[in-house]
Amino acid sequence: MSFTRRDTLALGAGAALMTFLPFRVNAAAEDAIAAFTGGAAVTDGGVDLTAPEIAENGNTVPIEVGAEGAAAILLLATGNPTPGVATFTFGPLAGASRAATRIRLAGTQDVVAIAKMADGSFARASKTVKVTIGGCGG
Amino acid sequence: MISRRDFLQVSMAASAMLGASGFGKWARLAAQQTLTQDQLLQFDTFGNVSLIHVTDIHAQLKPIYFREPSVNIGVGENKGAVPHITGADFRKFYGVEDGSAYHYALSSGDFEALAKGYGRVGGLDRVATVINAIRAERPDALLLDGGDTWHGSYTCYQTEGQDMVNVMNALRPDAMTFHWEFTLGSARVEELVGGLPFAALGQNIFDAEWDEPSELFPPYKMFERGGVKIAVIGQAFPYMPIANPRWMFSEYSFGIRDENMQEMVDEVRAEGAELVVCLSHNGFDVDKKMASKVTGIDVILSGHTHDALPEPVLVGETIIVASGSNGKFVSRVDLDVQNGRMMGFRHKLIPIFADVIEPDKEVAALIDAERAPYADALKEVVGQTDSLLYRRGNFNGTWDDLICEALLSEREADIAMSPGVRWGPSLIPGDDITREDIWNVTSMSYGEAYRSEMTGEFIKVILEDVADNIFNPDPYYQQGGDMVRIGGMGYRIDITKPQGERVSEMTLLKTGEAIDPAKNYVVAGWASVNEGTEGPQIWDVVEAHIKKMGTVTVAPNNSVTVVGA
Repeated sequence: MSFTRRDTLALGAGAALMTFLPFRVNAAAEDAIAAFTGGAAVTDGGVDLTAPEIAENGNTVPIEVGAEGAAAILLLATGNPTPGVATFTFGPLAGASRAATRIRLAGTQDVVAIAKMADGSFARASKTVKVTIGGCGG
Repeated sequence: MISRRDFLQVSMAASAMLGASGFGKWARLAAQQTLTQDQLLQFDTFGNVSLIHVTDIHAQLKPIYFREPSVNIGVGENKGAVPHITGADFRKFYGVEDGSAYHYALSSGDFEALAKGYGRVGGLDRVATVINAIRAERPDALLLDGGDTWHGSYTCYQTEGQDMVNVMNALRPDAMTFHWEFTLGSARVEELVGGLPFAALGQNIFDAEWDEPSELFPPYKMFERGGVKIAVIGQAFPYMPIANPRWMFSEYSFGIRDENMQEMVDEVRAEGAELVVCLSHNGFDVDKKMASKVTGIDVILSGHTHDALPEPVLVGETIIVASGSNGKFVSRVDLDVQNGRMMGFRHKLIPIFADVIEPDKEVAALIDAERAPYADALKEVVGQTDSLLYRRGNFNGTWDDLICEALLSEREADIAMSPGVRWGPSLIPGDDITREDIWNVTSMSYGEAYRSEMTGEFIKVILEDVADNIFNPDPYYQQGGDMVRIGGMGYRIDITKPQGERVSEMTLLKTGEAIDPAKNYVVAGWASVNEGTEGPQIWDVVEAHIKKMGTVTVAPNNSVTVVGA
């Protein structure tokens, strides 16, 4: 089997596309983050994100987010075709800036929470949730 | 100023130097053929509290052989760390003499010869004798059962766990946590737990619908022993709905939930607990990570991964004790608790040599009574073995090689899959294979042997998925079993790679051809987690195969090439 230069170029393009795909998926999440933060810096810490390490059922994964004093929290499933899950907004009468929901995960991926604090700063937390086909536990 | 960690390290050192944990000293005595019950039980009572730990008994009421693994690879921070040291390396690490009783009990190598010399291990009547002896020295010792108790034998299957409940009740445990018990189905588990005369604990057992703590399984129980307030917090197997069929106990949710564990530790401390014990079915590496994240646990009694360690492992200020499986060991941990703090410990992993430890008469009679209705079925000889039959090992064991052969032959398949479970006793060459022996390595409530077509691509997806459950460098993503065993197909695995890139060179053994991702192959397997799986029970498949063979010989299995260990 021999390759022409044209075939080789086509293969190269394919390879580039393959390696580029994950970034495209993340780009949708990054766009959502940018829209939420307006491009402001996001620091790690100050956000509690509770999620299972391994999902018992990828179709309904319990997630809890909270950030003391947050005005809003954006929740993203970065590996889903549509990463946006919810934006929780907390008014001045909210007892706590905390919310729980269940989300559907297309596969193993990072779940990300971005909190907008009362002073306008942003903080984030992230957790990898594995979706597995299971079986074989000892 | 001496920190508490220094105190604990002094305890570790004393344990090793004085042979208080037993292995060095008794190894020499055993080599001189003077092993006695008194020596096995000898222990200078220490401090003011004693814990007795049994775990992963898997319904083994009677003495058995049990070969420890020769392949048990650690990854990430656990590469080369206990319990991922086996055979001669394990003996060197702990100073265990070759050919000694502790060589036989704790490590692989020369198993057949040593099994003939030292005999069978375990038996709950012998375990009862050891527990009674400890209670004679410390009447208020706490007996804690780490779970995987109501699963794994013919009689346990037939009685849906009742035989084990009856025998364990006679040992008078103080608390228990759970894993395979749930595969009896939630209704049966609830029935049995409702009648237990001791605490059924699990801080991580939640109601699936509301994601709230389950009412039937409290997170902890407070005890007062030796003037010390002790909290025992339960930690059930975190990945039950993933590793086992979720549909059998769909009302329940689990997970590690270490943030809730921290809340429980803080709660019991606030209630005045001076000693916090976690009775865990996490598996050893998960327990190590949990101990590094949760502060305030003094002792983790670790189960699930079936490791038998002659010394505790110290993580921060927490000691982790691993007590083996199948009734082969009892751990005794004596603790000195002063002014609300654990200041030292003495520990011994007691191997239950069935020919050395006298059976307790009452418990022996109870076991025989439980087994009597099934005596004829249990003892029926199906065949003989010329090979050592064992299960433990990351990639294969001869029992699973035989089970895969049975699936290929009886179910006319290209490829066979057998789950990477770690329970199941061993048989030595020359042994009869009875129906009981077959059930000991196959019994479960979802044993149907399926036969279906899978593409080469899907087979790779399965192997990659299971491999990541074992070799993910983060212990919190490990489920604690072994690799799915494969018959009829070879492959290469690089355990250092990420999921999706570990498995390569998949080859159909009968033709020597590479597996075609697009082609369909007939796959026979068992223990599917999917509801509605159809097929004959695996024990019937294996029995039919052994009957045809008469005498079983299992050829060495070199079909998996492992890289990166």
